[in-house]
Parts: sequence; structure tokens; C-alpha cells
Amino acid sequence: MNVDTPIPLSVVIQEAEFDIAALQQSLLRESHQEGAVATFTGYVRVNNDDRSVNSLELEHYPGMTEKSIGDILHEACDRWPVLAAGVVHRVGLLQPGDPIVWVGISSMHREAAFSACEFVMDYLKTRAPFWKKERGPEGDCWVDAREGDRSRADRW
Amino acid sequence: MLNVVFFARVKEQLGCASLQLPWDDALSSFAGLRFQLTELKGPKWEEVLSEENIILAVNHTVVDESAVLNDGDEVAFFPPVTGG
Repeated sequence: MNVDTPIPLSVVIQEAEFDIAALQQSLLRESHQEGAVATFTGYVRVNNDDRSVNSLELEHYPGMTEKSIGDILHEACDRWPVLAAGVVHRVGLLQPGDPIVWVGISSMHREAAFSACEFVMDYLKTRAPFWKKERGPEGDCWVDAREGDRSRADRW
Repeated sequence: MLNVVFFARVKEQLGCASLQLPWDDALSSFAGLRFQLTELKGPKWEEVLSEENIILAVNHTVVDESAVLNDGDEVAFFPPVTGG
């Protein structure tokens, strides 16, 4: 890769819903070098650990959130031949069925795109300063960090 | 001056999102910062800010207990993260 050309990396934190088609398009370059785009979208589940969820409130640490996700994207670029990468993460009040997070990676081949996308998602779960609070019939409840998320991130 | 910020469960337990402390060399360690906050706010703060799984950050980077704090830093205390 030409070191003079920075890899386009985008990190957006927003309350509004996002347009998945437009985000996918944003990963494609006019040079048409990419042969693969892998994307992941996370949604609010209606049940979490047998608790029923009416809504989910997402808090974050403005400034650190953008920096930590930017660091994760740079690390992905060091490990795989990434052509472009983007993360959108929503904050505020969300309902079951709402998309929360989107990760997209373009590369020349699918292996790098798949791996980098999963890596970014695993690291995002364990390193980016977001906190979920569920609102359900039994009241409000901060979501606990999952050991499974940590072990998934540790395998990289 | 030190800008100290709290998030999520920690913020709720303390009833405080942020505060500023005038700089003092005694604030250059987390132990010193905790001591001063406890003097100002009471023993509950010592308990909440010493929880085993609490995460510490200085100027938007996660650090460990041994980090050195400097005048002008932003210091954060928060619980394990649950994004994505």
C-alpha cells in the first residue's frame, strides 16, 4: 500500500438512526481496488439474560469514545490490508429492534475484511467507553460486562 | 487544576458527573486523588472509587493505578464497558 495515502477511517457517535446502504457505499473508492466489504450491524434485543427489555439507554465518554475506536481502527489497519473502515455507534435511548452499532471494512479480499470487521467489533465491546442501561418491567438495570466478550477480544 | 469525571454506575453511586480540583502535588497519584476526594466528600467515595473492577483513564487513555497525574489532566473513573 502507498504509505503517502492515508486509509480513510471514520468514527461517528450519534443519536440518530443510520443509513446502512449509504455507509456501505462510503467504503468504496473511485479506484475500485476493493474486492470485499464486510459489515456488521448490532441491534437491541428484546430479551437479555432472560430479562425483558422495554428500552436501552446508552451512555458514553465523549472524546475518549472517538479516540479509543480510532485506535482500534488503526490497529486493524496494522494487522490487515484494510482499504477503508468505518464505525457508527448510537447513544441515547433505543428500543428493541433498533440498530445500535455498525462496523464496515473494505479490503481487496474477503479474508482480511471478515477478520478486521470481527476484530474491530470484539475490541469495541471491551475497550470503547460505552455503558448500557436496560429499562424493563422490573426497573432499570446497568448491563454487566460479559466474560465471553473479554475472551473473544483476548484471542486476537 | 485536575478535571475528574465519572460515568455510568460510578456516576450514579456518587451522585456526581464531574468536579474540578485546584492543583496540588498531593494529587499526582491515584492514591492521593482518592484521599483528597474522600476528605472532601466522605467515606462512600473511597469505597466507590476503590471498587475492584473500576477502570481508570487519564486524558482519554486507560491507565493503571500507578499512573502519574499532572496539573491540567482529565481523570476518569468508570465501570467495565458494555458497548457494541
